[in-house]
Amino acid sequence: MPEAADKISVTVDGKEVKADPGELIIEVAERAGAFVPRFCYHPRMKPVGMCRMCLVEVSSPRGPSLQPACFVSVADGMEISTESESVQKAQSGVLEYLLLNHPLDCPVCDKGGECPLQDQTLAYGPGESRQVEEKRHFAKPIPISTLVELDRERCIQCARCTRFANEIAGEALIDFFGRGEDTEVAIFPGKPFDSYFAGNTVQICPVGALTATPYRFKARPWDLEQVESTCTLCSVGCRVAVQSSANEVVRHLGIDIDSVNHSWLCDKGRFGYLAMRSETRLLEPSLRESGELVEVSWSDALEKAAALISEAKLAHGPQAIGFLGGARLTNESAYAWAKVAKAVVATDNTDAQLGDGIPAELVLSLPRATIGDACRAKKVIVIGEDLKEIAPVLFLRLRPLIAEGKIDLVEFSTHETSLSNLAKASIPLVPGELGTRVRALIDSIKGTKDAGEGIGIDIQEIKNATQTLGSLENNPDLVVIYSNSSAIENTEDLKAGILALEESFKNAKFMPVLKRSNIFGALDMGLSPNLLPGRVTFGAAKEYYKKQWGSVPEKSGMGTLEMLHAAAESKIKVLVLLGCDPIADFPDAKLAKEALSKVDSVIFVDSLANTSLDYADIVLAASMDSEREGSFTNLEGRISRISKKVSASGSSWPDWAIAIELADALGDDLGFGSLDDIAKEIARLAPAYQGLRSTLSLNSEVDEGILLPVKATKVELKRKQGDPMVHLGLISVEHQGAPLKSGASNEPGVYSDEKQQQDIGSTISLISKSDIKSDTTSKPETAASGAKSLRLVVTRKLFDRGTHVDSSLFFRDLVPEQEVRIHPETASSLGISSGEKVSISGETCKVSGQVILDNRVDQSGVVLIWNVSEEDVRSLVSNSEKSAHWVEVES
Amino acid sequence: MAHLSKELYEKCKSVVALYPEARSALIPLCHMAQGQDGWLTSEAMEDIAELTGVTPAEVRGTASFYDMLHLEPVGKHVVALCTNIACMLNGSMELLEHAEEKLGISAGGTTSDGEFTLEESECLAGCDKSPCVQVNHRFFGPLDDKGFDQLLDDLKAGKLRDDVPSHGVLSRVDRKFPLALSPSEIAAERVEMETAKSQRDEKRKISEGAN
Amino acid sequence: MAVTTFDPIVSRRLRIPNSHTLEVYLANGGYVGLRKALSMNPEDVAAEVMTASLLGRGGAGFPAGRKWAMLKNDLVKYLVINGDESEPATFKDHELVEKDPHQIIEGTIIAAYALGVTQAFIFCRGEFALGFERLQSALNEAYEYGALGRDIFGSGFSLDMVIHPGAGAYICGEETALLESLEGKRGYPRIKPPFFPAVIGLYGKPTVVNNMETVSNLPWIVLNGGAAFAALGEGSSAGTRLFALSGHVNRPGWYEIEMAKTTFKDLIEHPELGGGIRKGRSLKAFIPGGVSAPWFGPNEMDMPLSQDAVAQAGSMLGSGSVVVMDETTCPVRAAWRITKFFSRESCGQCTPCREGSGWIERTMRRIEFGAGRMEDIDLVLDACDNISPGLSWPPKQTTICVLGPSIPSSVNSAITMFRDDFISHIKDGKCNYA
Ligand SMILES: Cc1cc2nc3c(=O)[nH]c(=O)nc-3n(C[C@H](O)[C@H](O)[C@H](O)COP(=O)(O)O)c2cc1C
Ligand code: SF4
Ligand code: FES
Repeated sequence: MPEAADKISVTVDGKEVKADPGELIIEVAERAGAFVPRFCYHPRMKPVGMCRMCLVEVSSPRGPSLQPACFVSVADGMEISTESESVQKAQSGVLEYLLLNHPLDCPVCDKGGECPLQDQTLAYGPGESRQVEEKRHFAKPIPISTLVELDRERCIQCARCTRFANEIAGEALIDFFGRGEDTEVAIFPGKPFDSYFAGNTVQICPVGALTATPYRFKARPWDLEQVESTCTLCSVGCRVAVQSSANEVVRHLGIDIDSVNHSWLCDKGRFGYLAMRSETRLLEPSLRESGELVEVSWSDALEKAAALISEAKLAHGPQAIGFLGGARLTNESAYAWAKVAKAVVATDNTDAQLGDGIPAELVLSLPRATIGDACRAKKVIVIGEDLKEIAPVLFLRLRPLIAEGKIDLVEFSTHETSLSNLAKASIPLVPGELGTRVRALIDSIKGTKDAGEGIGIDIQEIKNATQTLGSLENNPDLVVIYSNSSAIENTEDLKAGILALEESFKNAKFMPVLKRSNIFGALDMGLSPNLLPGRVTFGAAKEYYKKQWGSVPEKSGMGTLEMLHAAAESKIKVLVLLGCDPIADFPDAKLAKEALSKVDSVIFVDSLANTSLDYADIVLAASMDSEREGSFTNLEGRISRISKKVSASGSSWPDWAIAIELADALGDDLGFGSLDDIAKEIARLAPAYQGLRSTLSLNSEVDEGILLPVKATKVELKRKQGDPMVHLGLISVEHQGAPLKSGASNEPGVYSDEKQQQDIGSTISLISKSDIKSDTTSKPETAASGAKSLRLVVTRKLFDRGTHVDSSLFFRDLVPEQEVRIHPETASSLGISSGEKVSISGETCKVSGQVILDNRVDQSGVVLIWNVSEEDVRSLVSNSEKSAHWVEVES
Repeated sequence: MAHLSKELYEKCKSVVALYPEARSALIPLCHMAQGQDGWLTSEAMEDIAELTGVTPAEVRGTASFYDMLHLEPVGKHVVALCTNIACMLNGSMELLEHAEEKLGISAGGTTSDGEFTLEESECLAGCDKSPCVQVNHRFFGPLDDKGFDQLLDDLKAGKLRDDVPSHGVLSRVDRKFPLALSPSEIAAERVEMETAKSQRDEKRKISEGAN
Repeated sequence: MAVTTFDPIVSRRLRIPNSHTLEVYLANGGYVGLRKALSMNPEDVAAEVMTASLLGRGGAGFPAGRKWAMLKNDLVKYLVINGDESEPATFKDHELVEKDPHQIIEGTIIAAYALGVTQAFIFCRGEFALGFERLQSALNEAYEYGALGRDIFGSGFSLDMVIHPGAGAYICGEETALLESLEGKRGYPRIKPPFFPAVIGLYGKPTVVNNMETVSNLPWIVLNGGAAFAALGEGSSAGTRLFALSGHVNRPGWYEIEMAKTTFKDLIEHPELGGGIRKGRSLKAFIPGGVSAPWFGPNEMDMPLSQDAVAQAGSMLGSGSVVVMDETTCPVRAAWRITKFFSRESCGQCTPCREGSGWIERTMRRIEFGAGRMEDIDLVLDACDNISPGLSWPPKQTTICVLGPSIPSSVNSAITMFRDDFISHIKDGKCNYA
């Protein structure tokens, strides 16, 4: 931030304002309270100055002149008038021009009532058009993708959509076509606007030219009610405005939050609400009776569940009960369920990750980077999955910065990702080899070894990476974003690689990326073996929690893999599924099926049916987003609010309520009876959350959420004024049920002061690097066994057949076909070619898919996608403990 | 044929190599593709997208900005009549009417035998020969009604083959030389030039100081 | 005033057969200027151009020497020659590129040498297909001859040159649109600031954009000295210039004329120049510098062809093209046709230009074809005012480039000078000239 001394002074309509040199007139005017009408300008994109709506009168040595406020910068002493006569004439002139060819079909236009063209015409426009000729005509809306329709007559050629697609998303699938008056937005024939981010263009279109197919004719803006909430479809946690009409959610809009999503959403998040109305919704509690699930009352269901748990516990001890999942829960629900498991049932067998994640100790103990840190970093290392597929909006924030050369990217990946062609270095990755390759890179930077010596990979890429990263000494500008490169591999190698980086690059920050929803909140709340709520280990906090909760498990418990094995061996008798689908989510589907069929009872707590439902004995129907409230912790460790907008469907309950009632049925009292109570207990007890005062009724001055651990955080920027051009209501989203507040400090900028901490602070230390256990015995497998000679690598796509996607008709169309990525040379040695349909066989099963040649794939491997077809890659995974799977590809 | 022929594809690559950034070759490549097919086919645009590192939508969007690039098939001879001010003053609008009548199509149309496409064009920079006409971008003019009819006849009879190549052929002359300097040499060259200049400046300052 | 005699500069080879070949070029003094330039220091070459007070010939008339001095120093810089000539009634670059392509190439090499550029581009209008071919051949010849490529004439200076075809869009003559087009994009003029080519040009690098005729003067200037050039013409309108004369004259064509020494009357009537108005008719109006310029009437015939004098009188010399309209010309039709041109050629970025040009064109067409209403006259003027506030000259620019503000010129001129014609069109419901 420049010092006040660097500020310059300008007047806006006679009012003096301070400004930073280089600031745009439009921004300064807005700060001075003068709204400058505009169409093409968007605060998150580069100005193009096309619509000419923003003309203001600016003084200059040669007299006043009209200047576009959206790209002319202020200069010291500048006098700006936003409402002089000539400005008004220009504004009304531009509006008359825009309306010449704009149809007046406002009554049937989705945008009617929240349309900047309508509003600005009212405020600044001429009363009538003087044109006598016909308007321009085009065929009315044409679909340009599954989710977006284009009405070219309404388009005012502001280039917001084309710029978004090109500059932000990096997918110029739409472009202007033609010239002058005949300019229209168009796709290439046969190549639709299939971008994960297409929905954003609907949000930023200042007229009704781009509309969202699911929303068309669904509501009138003046009937909409809205709250601010958080999207929970991945761990980025974008801020959304949830809008409803007649108690039904009809639209999600991205809210402009400086630290997270800059107003953008991915289409999965934008249209994810459609699953609420899916026919696979679970609306009532039910019990399995002679093979069929039969609706019952809550009390019957809970009683039965409690009885099954008590019996198992009595007969086989608490270890015979396991809790799987929890990423779908709010923090409060996760806490309540952790307490049910660890204090009431007294088992530590809880795991929110399904064997496809990252070890919780690693996630929680390394210095965590925020999205802002990553965007401000000069260098970023991305390891593992394609960010676009697992954290879309994080990708969206980073991509333009990398493309503009503001961030130098080094990538380690098993195949070509959406960032590969922008990377300064793209180091090929074979699962099991990350540690070796990272060490080779570090050696090369140190100069102790030549680039890539002895590891047999493209030396040039290591050289490029060496050059990009420069030195090991001090790297405050380095952020490492990591995920597991193959969904079916164990994480020892990942751990080794990350720890090597952490040791070598001083001051680097780390961002773990886990795909699933509120997984970070679930881990923070202790839904993981060996952990207790608030980022503390079982070892460190056992006594503390025993005192607070009255009881904790005797010994530490099992993770998902061990639990499933134990279940398959009938050692676990009851499995509680907390919003999870082990058959679809766990890498070894066979083991999951066996486990579910062997256990005595499966208690299924969820909102949507999934493949594991077949095994459920008791179904406890949970509410979905927008029907529930609570808080969410994203991959940065930022807490934000999930808000309720509509009443719960059917008889579903929020998960925390189910936990409380189940505990009650088990004859125990969790010590809280409301969401507010739980939030207070978390803020009182859970060490990393201590100081977070989360009274739901309080209004917050913090829109950006709160970073954990609470004690260490400062208030980040206040929310930037978003794009007032679109959905004018967005700037006044009601903070219903929302905001969080931390500490009790009066001092703006600091969440909690020293004294406050002493009052509330426990002395338990948070989990740290020394808690990371390394399994030195497991050596990565590198040699092929038998005839199957290609190593199977499994990556994820944003739209797969996961429960949420499968529950929406629109989404089902977006699930890709199985891709078979192989190196061109491997392909030619196998005699197969690009586009060909091939089959991949494992030890027992076969899967088919279409060949994509990718020379980023290792010659010894083949890369497939997780969970996109009936005959899924999971069936190729024979034994989940193995770190490598070998397959054969044939045409 | 729709995709670029192998030979043309290779030639396109050599054109891409002339520019600091591949996308710069987009329009030259569109001309070359048009030279092959007479217009820009979708397949050719996809090839161009690949060669220049942009999306097919960008190739199409860019091409559609330019009058000379045709996204629909055109006749063997594209006859463009300028009706802009200088030609208009010399009767080009009347000539256009005559042409429309003669060819039985209105401006923008193509005769059913695929022989002629008629275009009303903006100034072709042949105003001293107005009314000015281009066939496949080769100049004719000044033309009166009779001259115009004669031109059509000659074209049909193939008499003008030497002067008027088939539509889309912009240049019958290829560049013979690749770039003489590689980007790194250019960089070195520049540094050298800069140092030489600063040495001269230095000297000049000294001699000026001496004066 | 009179028509002065002098040795022609840019046009001296245009009437020699096969002047486009290297052989003829060399036989007529070709590449001598370049050899001399290469024996000088680059900054001394630039100094001669500054002394010559050579005004840009592309339309804006900005002194080339001053433009060069503004080029930001950077290790990578570019030189781009603007040969997109599409301003209606302008056809001098067309002549130069077809008849003397080597002169353009030689001038470009000299400019590149003076500017310290190692890659230059010549943007040649696509419709000049024959010219493009000749330029391409000349380029091949120049490489073969050693005037291009590595170590030119053993001087140590190296330069690569690329001839780049346009594809039919008037707006690409505007220098920043030209750069976009050269980058393979839609020809959208760039917003200024920050994209002044001298600072941020081609590929974001400092770039000089000069017109073809502008650089065609350079071999002569280097050979004869800037002072000799400045001695021709008068004041800031130094040297000679190619004027393109068209419309209702007996001898339409290009004429190289000493600037400021000759009047429009001379140009139009002198027997060796325009040779007078056709069929002995009298003059109604003329356009002094391309269709973007306001019109002049018989009263301005005695004005010299001087940049400043024309500017003072409220128009511009622009691209050096003079269109003569005799008494039989319908001013409504003429102004409508010009508006139609702008409407077809607006790039479509700025609302006033994109929508305004079309609306004004449609309204003018209605008036011309007899469906006008009295209020349409003021309507058109007000629509023009909304593109260029105040309809002043030089126009007030509220758009990205000056194409927009050029639209009102002819409409405003026609209505101001010939309002009665508009009224009679409307009253009679037809055009009385047709
Ligand atoms: C709409 C418009 C069209 C133009 N067309 C041309 C043109 O066809 N040729 C040209 O040399 N300059 C043209 N110019 C001027 C160029 O922008 C630029 O000023 C010129 O190329 C600079 O060269 P000069 O300084 O040598 O004249 C045009 C400008 C505008 C605004
Ligand atoms: S004034 Fe017209 S041509 Fe110029 S940039 Fe604007 S829209 Fe394009
Ligand atoms: S021109 Fe400034 S907002 Fe469009």
